[in-house]
Amino acid sequence: MQPRTTPEVGGMGHSMKRKEDPRFIRGKGNYVDDIVLPGMLWMDIVRSPFAHAKIKSINTEKALKVPGVLAVITGETLAKYNLHWMPTLMSDTQMVLPTEKVMYQAQEVAAVIATSRYAAADGVDAVEVDYEPLPVVVDPFKALEPGAPVLRTDKKDKKDNRIFHWEAGDRAATEKAFAEADVRVKQSLYIPRIHVASIETCGCIADFDRVNGKLTVYMTTQAPHAIRTVFALVAGHVGLSEERIRIVSPDIGGGFGGKVPVYPGYVIATAASVVIGKPVKWIEDRMENLQADSFARDYHITAELAARKDGTITALRMKTLADHGYADAAANPSKFPAGLFSICTGSYDVKKAFVEVDGVYTNKPPGGVAYRCSFRVTEAIHAIERITDVLAQELKMDPAELRMKNFIPKEKFPYKSALGWEYDSGDYGPALQMAMDKIGYAALRKEQAEKRARGELMGIGISSFTEILGAGPSKQFDILGIKMFDSCELRIHPTGKAIARFGTKSQGQGHETTYAQIVAEELGIPASAVQVEEGDTDTAPYGLGTYASRSTPTAGAAGAMAARKIREKARKIAAHLLEVSPDDLVWELGKFSVKGAPSRSKTIQEIAFAAYTNHPPGMEAGLEAVDYYDPPNLTFPFGSYICVVDIDRGTGMVKIRRFVAVDDCGNIINPMIVDGQIHGGLTMGMAPALLEEISYDENGNNQAGSFMDYLVPTAVESPSWETFKTVTPSPHHPLGAKGVGESATVGAPPAIANAVVDALAHLGVKHVDIPITPEKVWRILKEKGVAE
Amino acid sequence: MATHDIQVTVNGTAYDAQVESRLLLVHLLRDQLRLTGTHIGCDTTHCGACTVLLDGQPVKSCTVLAVQANGRQVSTVEGLEKEGKLHPLQEGFWEKHGLQCGYCTPGMLMTTCALLARSKNPSETEIREAISGNLCRCTGYNNIVKAVQFAAERLGKEA
Amino acid sequence: MIPASFDYHAPGTLPEALALLSKYGDDAKVLSGGQSLLPLLKLRLGQTGHLIDIGRIPGLEYIREESGFLRIGGRTRESALEASEIIRSRYPILHDTAKVIADPLVRNMATIGGNLAHGDPGNDHPATMLALGAQVVATGPNGERVMPIEQFFLGLFRTALRSDEVLTEIRIPVPPARSGGAYLKLERKVGDYATAAAAAQVTLGGGGAVERVGLALTNVAPTPVKAADAEKFLVGKRPDAATLGEAAQRAAKVSSPSADRRGSVEYKREMARVLTTRALKLAVERAGGK
Repeated sequence: MQPRTTPEVGGMGHSMKRKEDPRFIRGKGNYVDDIVLPGMLWMDIVRSPFAHAKIKSINTEKALKVPGVLAVITGETLAKYNLHWMPTLMSDTQMVLPTEKVMYQAQEVAAVIATSRYAAADGVDAVEVDYEPLPVVVDPFKALEPGAPVLRTDKKDKKDNRIFHWEAGDRAATEKAFAEADVRVKQSLYIPRIHVASIETCGCIADFDRVNGKLTVYMTTQAPHAIRTVFALVAGHVGLSEERIRIVSPDIGGGFGGKVPVYPGYVIATAASVVIGKPVKWIEDRMENLQADSFARDYHITAELAARKDGTITALRMKTLADHGYADAAANPSKFPAGLFSICTGSYDVKKAFVEVDGVYTNKPPGGVAYRCSFRVTEAIHAIERITDVLAQELKMDPAELRMKNFIPKEKFPYKSALGWEYDSGDYGPALQMAMDKIGYAALRKEQAEKRARGELMGIGISSFTEILGAGPSKQFDILGIKMFDSCELRIHPTGKAIARFGTKSQGQGHETTYAQIVAEELGIPASAVQVEEGDTDTAPYGLGTYASRSTPTAGAAGAMAARKIREKARKIAAHLLEVSPDDLVWELGKFSVKGAPSRSKTIQEIAFAAYTNHPPGMEAGLEAVDYYDPPNLTFPFGSYICVVDIDRGTGMVKIRRFVAVDDCGNIINPMIVDGQIHGGLTMGMAPALLEEISYDENGNNQAGSFMDYLVPTAVESPSWETFKTVTPSPHHPLGAKGVGESATVGAPPAIANAVVDALAHLGVKHVDIPITPEKVWRILKEKGVAE
Repeated sequence: MATHDIQVTVNGTAYDAQVESRLLLVHLLRDQLRLTGTHIGCDTTHCGACTVLLDGQPVKSCTVLAVQANGRQVSTVEGLEKEGKLHPLQEGFWEKHGLQCGYCTPGMLMTTCALLARSKNPSETEIREAISGNLCRCTGYNNIVKAVQFAAERLGKEA
Repeated sequence: MIPASFDYHAPGTLPEALALLSKYGDDAKVLSGGQSLLPLLKLRLGQTGHLIDIGRIPGLEYIREESGFLRIGGRTRESALEASEIIRSRYPILHDTAKVIADPLVRNMATIGGNLAHGDPGNDHPATMLALGAQVVATGPNGERVMPIEQFFLGLFRTALRSDEVLTEIRIPVPPARSGGAYLKLERKVGDYATAAAAAQVTLGGGGAVERVGLALTNVAPTPVKAADAEKFLVGKRPDAATLGEAAQRAAKVSSPSADRRGSVEYKREMARVLTTRALKLAVERAGGK
């Protein structure tokens, strides 16, 4: 798509250099731990070594004697203010600090306040806690067995560990379709718990100003307004009122969903600051981050497809057990306890479908959607793409051919899926075809056959995913009741420059650039002259933040709409200046000109100046607009990925030889930034496929609690990604754009898993769970008698 | 609790400091000297966000004591720009979108600065190996490689 | 990530360092590269009252061939080993080893002496030194003590180095002609400890049979493992595929790995076998065999 604006204006389609980079390349970013306030104190947290234990006593005597330690806060302290429990974003409850028992290893038990970072650490070491271990529940299936220890003893009438049951689709019609099918395939798969591990951990500085009664919290948060409202609702009874709470999200070193939840550390630091009257800084270290903060995945899925002999899929059924840890604190929209899992019919025209998800409590940290997953879409797409390959294998059909046969055809869009979504637009065939052409699919199949004959293991895996982004329309989506619109406040200055504030919050996605490019596209003001701000709840319009790839679909749209409101006022001003009727004016590329007399025109800059110096009588001065955008629908980016792997028969090590990614995210604002999002998403898709997993032993001990065992890929493990595009605009988005941040994390794992299974398919292998470790592969080879 | 009087030269400026034996070099830089460009990302010497040059060699400043740097030269990201002129690596990272959230970037810059000092035209493999002690979650590393190649070419022209 | 308090000393000479070690005994630890010690202290998994930094002492970093030995100063950085032309061309097994220790940044600080003295079976140099038949030189208050490497590793995190000694030199006998070696490490990702690793150093005789061989394994037992039985088996035989395979079986037999995230006992033992086969094959190739 050719840009309509010049590079100097920098509207959509230009790969303009990022406006936020000058500070980052100089090391002048402003992250939470960079901020120092006068009189600031430090907080560090005592954590439980046990996954489930009664707290018999907490002895703070030694800790209080450590030089520099001022106070130790426990659950008892917070209970006085009824702050020891707090609501989660899913309307469950979780502890801030326990008064009776702990429910996961590394849970917060007490907090030390000290005059320095080092003294706080010494204080933590000196707090003595006496625990009485309780039976631990780590297996979610066992958690549902009769007689399993009931974990949430704080809930008066709770007699089991169930959290929710959710379903979508037509159970009876689906059963009938399965009964009538020629072919049925079924596969159980486990998608393990993983952790997003942004390079910056979480933290905050809570600063309660006693004189003005104002609380300011600098916080690593992707959703500052939501946090502010939650604080006001939770702590209103201790005198915190929403207009006197300011949440500031400065530069964030990666979010990916891990910086959405309200962590106990934020609340404790705030309570400490309110009580002491000084700023309190809390910055978690990496092991705390990995062991206590919100996780993602942990879905046990049984997926089934029914099909005709010729490969036409007729029905889909999925049953999932969702391990949520000890509280349901997943940051899903409230009516969607399993997120957008019902996208699991994927890119295929599946007429009948039924899915059900059961959530269960275990002795693990709470969370669920904190890893670039678009609200459980990674799980859904992994399941459909794996079961599709299982079907292809059963039918002895090429997996590309099977997909092509079942893709929703272009003419059927907007497409109503069997599980209730209306996909806005899609053209799946060309994307898959492009991927096949770019990777040389036919030649690879030939090579595979030759290699197989020599006993060499090589696999080709395809993933054709549909994403679902931009939560979301107010009729379906809310978080804690707050609708999921987003917003833009745009003001043009007399000299034709602009400031644009949004309700979202970039953690590296480049909003300072891309939002400016949207304004440039709509108004012709150069993107370089548009200042973009986010993250300060005192100034930014209300928004639900940035996660689940929602920024472009919601706030980006709000930016376009605000700009269009300004354009309408600008038209009237131009008409006044040119002494014509507004209907006699034509807008193009930054100016209004008179129909039939194009030399008579006014630029947006001239109009802006006039808005303050010569506005029409009867009209307000100024040139600004606010838009709260309620998206009419979600957006549905898609793509096809193909991965080639070679497997070392001796060690089981999987090496990705090539990976081609064809993405379609509709109209593109900044191609370079989109590619960056895809590269990053691909590496974060490869990671869970081959390397990352958080697991627990039977005592609830976290087995991957540091970077020693939680294996984040380096530049050596991460392949050189090859990326391509097709463009199918969204019909309902003002810019035709769809969003892209998480597509690659969704599409990549099944492409890799499918490639490995493909490499072993001739041995009779149908499925391998991720992460596909060398030992898993080696065991299969050994079992099949083909190890080195 | 012994304290020591040390002098560390950072980006060409000599600083006097009084430090505990256990003070980590990264905390000296960030907390005492207020050079907050060097970041902390882990506690097990894996992530490399804290990378600085110690007498020209890239090291993880979270695993060096401040006292070990006594009398030595430290270079941090703040010292890359000279008299308003960006280092070619800084230009490369900007030009080629080699950063997103910016948190791993100072470490990447210092590591690759040392790489280009010893290897004028590193291959993609060499670049990836050189930065294998620096973790990035945002970029997928593709554009970091391009940024370094850009800088190598730019430095080659300036030579 | 903050260590507990300790006192720090930066002696300018070796005698000063030794005096401090004698003075503080078990309450002192030598700080060499610090890349194993400081992480332990930061996590408060270990504690010490006194750190004796040997970083200011001149004459502890060198790589030179002299009197039939490759002599490496105890404080020589891994990055220097990796960059050394002598090592790359004449001791490829050592080049292989230095290249896979942790990551390039850690290698700029980490030292060979520290890698050996720490007594961690996951460290890479021990197996290589066993394969090379190296000697460890420890300097204490009574002078130098030279130990054959086979007597150096006593147990998990325990070596023969006394608390009043500093590991000042490693001596590797210059291999005869027709020698070659290789170190192959299976790791989950760059920077990891070995799932298993094999060090093989081979000298071929005139007729192409194995004349001498050193074979050792990393991280498959509480100490590095010398595969003595496999070595004995190989001597005098032609290094064909079947022979190397049998030797690798024997090497794997003497391993006693523990199960962890890197693998089960069975997998690690099997990887010891696979890597030994491959390391031997490569060592033989480098020795001029086929």
